[in-house]
Amino acid sequence: MICDECKVNPATVHITKIINGEKTEMHLCEECAKKKNLNISGDFGPFNFDFEIEPFSVQKFLSSFFEPVSKEIRRTNETLKCDRCGLTFPRFTQIGRFGCSNCYTAFRGQLDPMLRRLHGKTYHAGKVPKRSGGKIKIKNEIEKLKRELQEAVNAEEYERAAVLRDKIRELEQKLTEK
Amino acid sequence: MSLEEILDTSKISWLANLGPDSDIVISSRVRLARNLKDIPFPHLLSERKALEIVELVYDAFKSNDILAKDSKLYLMKDLSFNDRQLLVEMHLISPDLASSEKGAVIVSSDKTFSIMINEEDHIRIQVIFPGLSTESAYEMAGKIDDVLEESLEFAFDEKLGYLTACPTNVGTGIRASVMLHLPVLTMMKQTDRMFSTMAQLGLVVRGIYGEGTDAKGNLYQISNQITLGKTEEDIIEGLNSVVKQIIASERQARRNLKGEDRVKLEDRILRSYGILTNARLLSSEEAMTHLSNVRLGIDLGIIKNLKPEEVNRLFMISGPAYIQKLNSQDLPPFERDVKRASFIREKLLKEG
Repeated sequence: MICDECKVNPATVHITKIINGEKTEMHLCEECAKKKNLNISGDFGPFNFDFEIEPFSVQKFLSSFFEPVSKEIRRTNETLKCDRCGLTFPRFTQIGRFGCSNCYTAFRGQLDPMLRRLHGKTYHAGKVPKRSGGKIKIKNEIEKLKRELQEAVNAEEYERAAVLRDKIRELEQKLTEK
Repeated sequence: MSLEEILDTSKISWLANLGPDSDIVISSRVRLARNLKDIPFPHLLSERKALEIVELVYDAFKSNDILAKDSKLYLMKDLSFNDRQLLVEMHLISPDLASSEKGAVIVSSDKTFSIMINEEDHIRIQVIFPGLSTESAYEMAGKIDDVLEESLEFAFDEKLGYLTACPTNVGTGIRASVMLHLPVLTMMKQTDRMFSTMAQLGLVVRGIYGEGTDAKGNLYQISNQITLGKTEEDIIEGLNSVVKQIIASERQARRNLKGEDRVKLEDRILRSYGILTNARLLSSEEAMTHLSNVRLGIDLGIIKNLKPEEVNRLFMISGPAYIQKLNSQDLPPFERDVKRASFIREKLLKEG
């Protein structure tokens, strides 16, 4: 097998990546793999795969998420910019990384389609930091109980549903007090 | 700055001990990505500012006496190239951190946890346990997270969760991964089919493919890809349930080896043992291949005089940085192969 990149050397580095069911294969020689900054070159190789090697660049990978609409996005968002770190939206789609946490607020309107393609969801459901999270924690708990309540109703378990309903009321009370 | 202590692999907890399902699972790792609110992410930081972040995080960490006891801070810019590679080989830092002059790492004395500072994110907490122990690894990572959060303000958004430099990590910032040794499934060419279904479950398989489709040393790493919209517990549970199925398949495949196949396998295992105990030149790749066979031989009861954890340790130390550190000098590849062969030979003969 010949290297995909230089088409000269034999390919010795083979990478398969599957994202959301789309399989991408790359076959590279050591030289080209090095050039691509894949830390899997030669002798130093066998261990590094424990970490997240990006078989193709994050940039390419991310810009592909914008591709169908990217031209349009670029045109309408030419001026969209994070006022804290100065990163522009077009630049973000090129480098695939935000500049600071405030970029998420600055680019909020543009992020959902990308997040949905990456994660299938656009809402956080996990851990909440204790300090900033008092209220959020209660809100999430209410959301969780509401889902359980729905399940209980669907299953016609009305006793359980009543308990859950009371719990939700209690928490909502707490929330307004805060 | 000295990394000599890392050479003593008996002090590396996850290598010196075995955990649940250790016949198949080498280790479980959980990593949490965290960032400081309103401070530019590391790729936009100057070296001076990056150093301030290191100090800030280290101070927060030191506020907890139990955690801080016997832990050490290493700045990448103070380490030689080989020492950085050694930390990579020992799974304590990522290759990205090793190549960054802004980076630093806090390492616990038993090497169970490390905190990378100024990798892609300001903070990456990492915990490694032996065997299938993703839950305990997450529990510990979560505690370290809580300690740091007491004195640092993390970038957190009510809707999006923990904010990370790359949108692939946003939400929980968690990456849980399990390193599996699957020699028989690989031999039976079952892995491709199995792994291709995994993407639909939001999981990713990584391995470095050598010639054909064999992963080096038959080691595979499976980790979650999705970080947003699920709880940490659900993410870990999802990973575990798939890993358990793979473990069952590998065990089944091992049991099913009968007749000719079994003899062929025994032959391969004992040939590998013969090579490792006699070779005068061993590349790290060749060492990995034979160590994998020997490890399988122990699990199948074909090789009786060796302990599995001893072979796991040899897996980790057959890398070039370890061999060079052991000999306290840079060696050309040929010399490394000589030293590696004699080191592995002595270890196996001493244990055996």
